[in-house]
Amino acid sequence: MTPPAHSLLKSDDRTRRRRASEARFRACGLAAIGIAALALAVLLTSVLANGAGAFRQTYIKLQIPLPEASLDKAGQRDPAAMAKVSTFGYAALLHAALLDRIAALQIETELADQDVAAMISKEAAATLRDHVLANPHLIGGMAAMDVLAAGRIDGYFKGRVTLKSAAMDGNTSPQALQLARKLADADVIETRFNWRFLTAPDASDQRPEAAGLGVAMLGSLYMMLVVLALALPVGVAASIYLEEFAPRSRISDLIEVNISNLAAVPSIVFGILGLAVFINFAGMRQSSPLVGGLVLTLMTLPTIIISTRAALKSVPPSIRDAALALGASRMQAVFHHVLPLAAPGILTGTILGLAQALGETAPLLLIGMVAFVRDYPVAYSDTAGLFGDAATALPVQVFNWTQRADPGFAERASGAIITLLVFLAVMNTAAILLRRRFERRW
Amino acid sequence: MIRNLDMAPSLPALVIGLAVLASFAAQMRARAASGGDLRNLASLPGPHGANAFLSVLVPAIASYAALSLVRLIGDRQGVELLSAHSVPVAVLVVAALGCGGAISVSTARFRARAAFEWWIKSLLIAAAAVAVLTTLGIVLSMLFEAVQFFQQYHWRDFFLSSKWSPNFRGNSALGILPLLWGTLYISFIALLLAVPVGLFAAIYLSEYAGRRMRNVAKPLIEILAGIPTIVYGLFALTTIGPVLRDYFAQPLGLGDSASSVMTAGLVMGIMLIPFVSSLSDDAINAVPQAMRDGSYALGATRSETIRQVVIPAALPGIMGAALLAASRAIGETMIVVLGAGAAARLSLNPLEAMTTITVKIVSQLTGDTDFASPETLVAFALGLTLFVFTLGLNVLALMIVRKYRERYE
Amino acid sequence: MKDIDVIERSRAGARQKISARNVQVRYGHTAAIKNVSVDIAADTVTAFIGPSGCGKSTFLRCLNRMNDTIDTCRVTGEIRIDDEDIHDPKVDPVQLRAKVGMVFQKPNPFAKSIYDNVAYGPKIHGLARTKAELGDIVKVALEKAALWDEVKDRLDSPGTGLSGGQQQRLCIARAIATAPQVLLMDEPCSALDPIATAQIEELIHDLRRNYCVVIVTHSMQQAARISQKTAFFHLGSLVEYGDTDQVFTAPRDSRTESYITGRIG
Repeated sequence: MTPPAHSLLKSDDRTRRRRASEARFRACGLAAIGIAALALAVLLTSVLANGAGAFRQTYIKLQIPLPEASLDKAGQRDPAAMAKVSTFGYAALLHAALLDRIAALQIETELADQDVAAMISKEAAATLRDHVLANPHLIGGMAAMDVLAAGRIDGYFKGRVTLKSAAMDGNTSPQALQLARKLADADVIETRFNWRFLTAPDASDQRPEAAGLGVAMLGSLYMMLVVLALALPVGVAASIYLEEFAPRSRISDLIEVNISNLAAVPSIVFGILGLAVFINFAGMRQSSPLVGGLVLTLMTLPTIIISTRAALKSVPPSIRDAALALGASRMQAVFHHVLPLAAPGILTGTILGLAQALGETAPLLLIGMVAFVRDYPVAYSDTAGLFGDAATALPVQVFNWTQRADPGFAERASGAIITLLVFLAVMNTAAILLRRRFERRW
Repeated sequence: MIRNLDMAPSLPALVIGLAVLASFAAQMRARAASGGDLRNLASLPGPHGANAFLSVLVPAIASYAALSLVRLIGDRQGVELLSAHSVPVAVLVVAALGCGGAISVSTARFRARAAFEWWIKSLLIAAAAVAVLTTLGIVLSMLFEAVQFFQQYHWRDFFLSSKWSPNFRGNSALGILPLLWGTLYISFIALLLAVPVGLFAAIYLSEYAGRRMRNVAKPLIEILAGIPTIVYGLFALTTIGPVLRDYFAQPLGLGDSASSVMTAGLVMGIMLIPFVSSLSDDAINAVPQAMRDGSYALGATRSETIRQVVIPAALPGIMGAALLAASRAIGETMIVVLGAGAAARLSLNPLEAMTTITVKIVSQLTGDTDFASPETLVAFALGLTLFVFTLGLNVLALMIVRKYRERYE
Repeated sequence: MKDIDVIERSRAGARQKISARNVQVRYGHTAAIKNVSVDIAADTVTAFIGPSGCGKSTFLRCLNRMNDTIDTCRVTGEIRIDDEDIHDPKVDPVQLRAKVGMVFQKPNPFAKSIYDNVAYGPKIHGLARTKAELGDIVKVALEKAALWDEVKDRLDSPGTGLSGGQQQRLCIARAIATAPQVLLMDEPCSALDPIATAQIEELIHDLRRNYCVVIVTHSMQQAARISQKTAFFHLGSLVEYGDTDQVFTAPRDSRTESYITGRIG
């Protein structure tokens, strides 16, 4: 064993090799960070690129004559009689209005009249009908209205549909797109911000241009209310018991192990539980926000319990001792002194739990929240009870739209994701701010 | 079913009314017993009232829940164990007893605060029990339905058959093996991406990165963790799947499906990166600095120290992280529903569409089939298998991690 | 350059191993070491004593550039080992630390077997060409550390399973196995019981023949027992440096006297 005799100032081969391997290792680490960052960037860009279009919508500005002869033959403005005129009657009016407009602008087109009519969304007739039924005084005059353009026309103005793709598409034609371009130049067709996307209910398979998130957002809101109302008190109570009162025993050990395992149970298992227990056994309503909320409550409970316990643990024992020394009972020490100090931590954990619940999809599929729902659910009704009305949820709506054939729905799905991510970003930011604001070092 | 059980709208009002009544009466009795000087009382009137309030409310709610459960069980068996009217009547009787009892014990020497706290503690215990009940509910509900399935379909065919082709007219082949294969194959690819990347990211952030880099990179990776799985699913469907198909599968002649094991595996791997990295980070940070110093003092480079000292010391924690990640991968649903495909297949080609246990649970339970048919019930057997599988992994992981923590504490 | 080297060497004497000039250490904005200059001889045990927080450990950690691993720490001044500036950009701290071994206050064995703990250094520095050679290095190191007889039958069991004193001797064996010329010891006995301390002290006594040993200690008795030279640090400065006998019996500085008579520290 001879000591290395060489000078420190001269680097030997071995050291050079070791330094090279060091550099390689370090590069691997940097590459890992790079992969993660790249994945995030690609993911967000792809969602934004695909979904931004959902927030813009193409409308056709029309002056629609509303002749009494076809809309209210009796002339009595009797709602029941007027309702007899179906959407077909209104569709004809829309078509005529568009054709008149094209003629008035002296735009030449080789398109057959029925193909021109197809440029208007099928949803438009229903919208016009609702508008007229709500405002009977319009009959006999003209209604100025911006009606939805058909999905392909809408896609053309967003770059999704091109002249080339239209040539192979049975639902539109290059001529229709050219006509649309001319109409846009004449300011008859306009693409603008799409409020309807956030408020309107879902639409049928043929009408992606009309589909919106209104019902889904309402359903998600109801479920979050249920989760908040149940998971917060139950989670906090359970944490207080486990952290402050539970004797160190087999049973509390069991509960503890149980909670950490429950936190790692696949979410779909909670869906099976919901289906078997709440719907099949207890006979609660399918697709209802109540059942969805209950399932999500059970799913988020472990998250909330774990973070609440951490918050309780971070309150130093001296606070408890001080209260106990003044003659407070342990219950009073916890509720009067420990809990208020732990509140910001508990709140942070709850918000994060809610965020997790908001994005959860799989269990909701099993309890029937994939159903097609067009009516806004009400919070309480005599027949369905509290939160019993059928609804969907934001993430489930995304899934729903991915399963539809029309490419317009792919855009809507990504748009819904953007909406969902905005909500999640707001919730997480709130949690972070809350943590910063109240972070306390003892 | 539940409609028969619906409480008369007045029942909650009656119970709360009784509770308020009991509360006031108990306070008045206590006040009267004090003879004008509250110091004569063992507890102040407030706790007397609170105790009485809970003495009515808690037993009433508990009895309502218990009786409803009995009725529901009866319903399922097709017998009426309790008539619809007996439930509210019984609840009211319980509430009245609580009311009377609470008022009568409110004397000067009654330690109302202790009694009130006893009620609160019972409520806390009940809340803690919810977690246990959930587990119990999961196991029992799946077991119950799975037993029904195995009465109609032989367990050997389920666990050992390599054919999965459900048929609405009956006579389905429901072998779990192709689903299990798809699940494990996808999870394997996911871990192949997530474990090295997550581990290296954790190593870089905890051992190399400066403060500024850490402040940027850590939240960035945490964002990945906060993104819901449906987003990853859509990413697989609209971006990764088509790219893999157009640039790999078709040129290589390995298939022409956008949904494939690779698509789902890669995207799931991305999803798991932050999970692995944060758990590994914990494990690496738990290795005492003194151990690193010992290695540096011997003339080891950073990477030698990490590879030969830090990682071996943190290995149990890292293994635990990988196991938990595996359990997540196996139970993940939305990414595979949107990215893996629906065809049950036993193949080695990673660019082919295959399916998983979770995909089939969703498809069998969202179809329109008869609920008592084996085609639907098989979902519960699948669910039970999944649950047992993931539970095993979780317990193993938690055991390893826990043991490891004890070593350095 | 060459001339200066020659002058330096002749002044310091042939047996001079380490020479430090005007060394300053700052942690952020606080100065931990102020202008310390000291020459340390080879084949000698040199003890650094002083009250806690006086900077003796910080100075020790300068000698093998362990302070490099602390982000906020800045070292200035010149330290030469065998007349080579250890802060020269051409010096790789990895090679320096192979030459200057270190034993820490708390025993810090790796989470590996006893054998692997000792074999770690030789492996990374490529000191053994064959497995047998490596085995020999491990055996010799453990023998020198007076641990061989206690562990020879369980070289595969984890190093963390040994007793505190055994762990510390394992750490010494680990340091020796890398074949250093200087051995830095940072209060190596402070976490040990008296019996283990006695064993380590005996060991240091033997090590002196082959190594330049620098030991930081809290205990003046220990310094008196094992060292030939003693340096007294106070508030980041080197107050007195001389033969151990002289420092303890006839301190030149009043602060040294106060310390060794127990009035400060």
